Amino acid sequence: MTGTVGVPTRITQGSGTKGGVGESTLRPDGTLKTTGEFAYASDLWHEDMLWGHTLRAPHAHALITRIDLTDALLQPGVYAVLAYADLPAAKRYGLELRDQPVLCDGRVRFHGEPVALVAADHPETARRAAAKIVVEYDVLPPVTDEAAATAPGAPLLHPDRDDDHAPHVPHPNIVRRQPVRRGDIEAGRARAAVIVRQDYEVGMQDQAFLGPESGLAVPADDGGVDLYVSTQWLHVDREQIAPVLGLPEDKVRLALSGVGGAFGGREDLSMQAHAALLALHTGKPVKMVYNRYESFFGHVHRHPARITYEHGATREGKLTHVAARIVLDGGAYASSTPAVVGNAASLGLGPYTCENVDIEAIGLYTNNPPCGAMRGFGAVQACFAYESQMDRVAAELHLDPVEFRQLNAMEQGSLMPTGQPVDSPAPVAELLRRVRSMPMPPERQWESAGEGADLRALPGGLSNTTHGEGVVRGVGYAVGIKNVGFSEGFDDYSTARVRLEVVGGEPVATVHTAMAEVGQGGVTVHAQIARTELGVAQVTIQPADTAVGSAGSTSASRQTYVTGGAVRHACQAVRAEVLEIGRRKFGSYHPAWATAELLLEGGKIVTDGGEALADLADVLEGDPVERELEWRHRPTQALDHERGQGNGHVQYSFAAHRAVVEVDTDLGLVKVVELACAQDVGKALNPLSVVGQIQGGTTQGLGLAVMEEIVLDPEAKVRNPSFTDYLIPTILDTPPLPVDVLELADSHAPYGLRGVGEASTLSSTPAVVAAVRQATGLALTRVPVRPEHLTGT
Amino acid sequence: MRVNLRVNGRPRQVDDVWEGESLLYVLRERMGLPGSKNACEQGECGSCSVRLDDVLVCSCLVAAGQAEGREVLTVEGLPGASAPSSALSSDPSGDSSEDDRSGELAPIQQAFIDAGAVQCGFCTPGLLVAADDLLRRDSDPSDADIREALSGNLCRCTGYEKILDAVRLAAARGETRRREGG
Repeated sequence: MTGTVGVPTRITQGSGTKGGVGESTLRPDGTLKTTGEFAYASDLWHEDMLWGHTLRAPHAHALITRIDLTDALLQPGVYAVLAYADLPAAKRYGLELRDQPVLCDGRVRFHGEPVALVAADHPETARRAAAKIVVEYDVLPPVTDEAAATAPGAPLLHPDRDDDHAPHVPHPNIVRRQPVRRGDIEAGRARAAVIVRQDYEVGMQDQAFLGPESGLAVPADDGGVDLYVSTQWLHVDREQIAPVLGLPEDKVRLALSGVGGAFGGREDLSMQAHAALLALHTGKPVKMVYNRYESFFGHVHRHPARITYEHGATREGKLTHVAARIVLDGGAYASSTPAVVGNAASLGLGPYTCENVDIEAIGLYTNNPPCGAMRGFGAVQACFAYESQMDRVAAELHLDPVEFRQLNAMEQGSLMPTGQPVDSPAPVAELLRRVRSMPMPPERQWESAGEGADLRALPGGLSNTTHGEGVVRGVGYAVGIKNVGFSEGFDDYSTARVRLEVVGGEPVATVHTAMAEVGQGGVTVHAQIARTELGVAQVTIQPADTAVGSAGSTSASRQTYVTGGAVRHACQAVRAEVLEIGRRKFGSYHPAWATAELLLEGGKIVTDGGEALADLADVLEGDPVERELEWRHRPTQALDHERGQGNGHVQYSFAAHRAVVEVDTDLGLVKVVELACAQDVGKALNPLSVVGQIQGGTTQGLGLAVMEEIVLDPEAKVRNPSFTDYLIPTILDTPPLPVDVLELADSHAPYGLRGVGEASTLSSTPAVVAAVRQATGLALTRVPVRPEHLTGT
Repeated sequence: MRVNLRVNGRPRQVDDVWEGESLLYVLRERMGLPGSKNACEQGECGSCSVRLDDVLVCSCLVAAGQAEGREVLTVEGLPGASAPSSALSSDPSGDSSEDDRSGELAPIQQAFIDAGAVQCGFCTPGLLVAADDLLRRDSDPSDADIREALSGNLCRCTGYEKILDAVRLAAARGETRRREGG
């Protein structure tokens, strides 16, 4: 083999005359993904390439007193060994704050922090060489929670902070503090017939994408580097990598390789800068592939949270006030903690109206693993707590929990506690009605097999722990609210380059964006938009790279909205130009050129009445029309520091769940029998993909409810960095997931769509836990719920 | 060391294999067959599933030397190893077979595409080999059978519903094919 194997290729998809917006068009990359030919980052290969490996710190908090690379460098097959002192330029990077060292700067701040890098001719050689690096540590006690972080004399994680949040926090170990205050909490309390106050806790969840962090860095003749990586945002990677390499951005070229899932865990850099450093140092291509163990240390996790809520309500069931304190553990480095804090505070009331609100969210610096983006992004933690509260208040009032929610549900026109009006459909009560009206799964399904119990339908499954004795069913409901797009004044734009040309007599559209396709199906939707706007069958999707302008991040449920919006915008500009050329050439032949609404359809310019005016081939005559344009959604505003007021979000999305569980109350084993979801998506651009997103998010919420947690020991070391010990739902853990999709258009968004990727992740967790509470009668204030929480053992 | 084995029906010889290398590593890095995936490399996720002789295994847990003289089927070999999909590879809406490559697909591969069972796709090759193995043993599996057979394959994107749909679809198409004597 020679050259490079597995670099991204363009994908052309034809679809007869259909395949436009609103159809369940199939993925253009589906064939390559089923044949095994689709090149993920870990599949890349380059002639003469080396393998990179990372040495990581075995302590959560320590000073490095000595580091000696000599023995590693003497290993045959080793080409480079790099540590902090070898960094050529900028030493730090970070998504929001540049607070994270590229390699450990002498003070270890979390278990697994990268200390040194090795490049060798075989991955095992690199691993063995890394083991020969001598590092001596002076181990320090770790800062592991809010009390320790803010105690008098607490060690400061980042004593030299000068970021924008620093002047507004009560302690330097608090990354950001954001209150959201509205109305008069004391007046609300005075009116309350019942008040419910409770502490909640959310464990640290991992994205657990299946494709491990990987990539290939190839040094270029111009002194720059070409990087093939799996990421969620190519341009923000480049913004952070180029200063570390000491190169101008135009010499750091990124192309997206196949991405094996992301869910927020690829927003931060992992191996990107490391591989590029090794490649430039050795002059050879360097591939890095984390294994699963390393992956658990290689990306940020979902913030664990300690949350206190107080809800009050009148006897009739109207909320009088909601007060909350949400403490999110950001771990050693900021990552996206500031934005997560903003979300938790601004969405902490949930999809309800209440005049008197006092919410405070803070994000901590500790020596725990860094936490940042994961699907749901600050809204998940709050939703578990406020939905648990809604059930408790309903119970105190002897009200039906769904009706109590509907009584307080926000709707279009409601005000958020930030003062922002919700100016598009907010069908919260309707989603609850729909999910409740779905048929219930039959009781005692394990008996349907005839003779004997079908163990597979029982809690504990084939472990044969029960044949139905001690098994109790429970049903629970929850609903949530998630923002779509980047918030709080961020300039959240995307870029699309669209070309229309006639090739071999056939019109072909080419779409080029830097959007990271991480599995969500953005490439499918881009082709659909091009077909709808340009009336073509053939669409070529160019690989995503930094040769085109930024698409922003594949996160915050934003890509179909924002990059989809950019593709539509560029298509419309191309269409306008084509029509203008047509008018210039043929306008005098037919009055409709001047008077009718003109469209592109099937390679022709047609009137809205369907009359063909000209062939594209004749209009374009071999010259393509191409436009590259940026597109922005409506601007948002920062939240003020004291009361958190401002139009902080672009759009809101809503989902509701009904969970049906069966619990073996003797052993504390939970089987989720069904997890039904109703979600408003505004407009389903691709219904098949929309349902897939909702089901995927629902399942991750189930995982948080009863399975998934990164466990730390008292020294803040990760105890379960493997799929043996960190359990994500299998097909046996996951029940049928019926989905009811509502489409109430948002007039502000392209095609009326509503970002779909995250909302179902929120309400899934509290619905499952509510069902387990109903089955067991237990309070269950912490997720994930473990068997010992149910048995009290 | 040298390893001789048959992969997807073809004899293969690999030299300079270090004794610690897994079958997965040799397939991916020495044979140019990266379809089998490396998601956990400890037998928990099923992304590297292959058939070794006639047994479904995680190739990450098989030392390359253990495959000496044996027959390996990977996702790359599925089209040749399954019953030909012939005209059954398009769904009733006529919207499948989006590009010209569908003729090369095994029925289970086409069903995964048509049912929307592929998102990021990293788990897909292992699931395809496992689902094909199930359908070879049981042409009309119940949902509980499908769940049991695929319980060693983790997927993080789909929530498995579309994967169940895909296996049901492939089974139904197989039934149609048999009924029509195809």
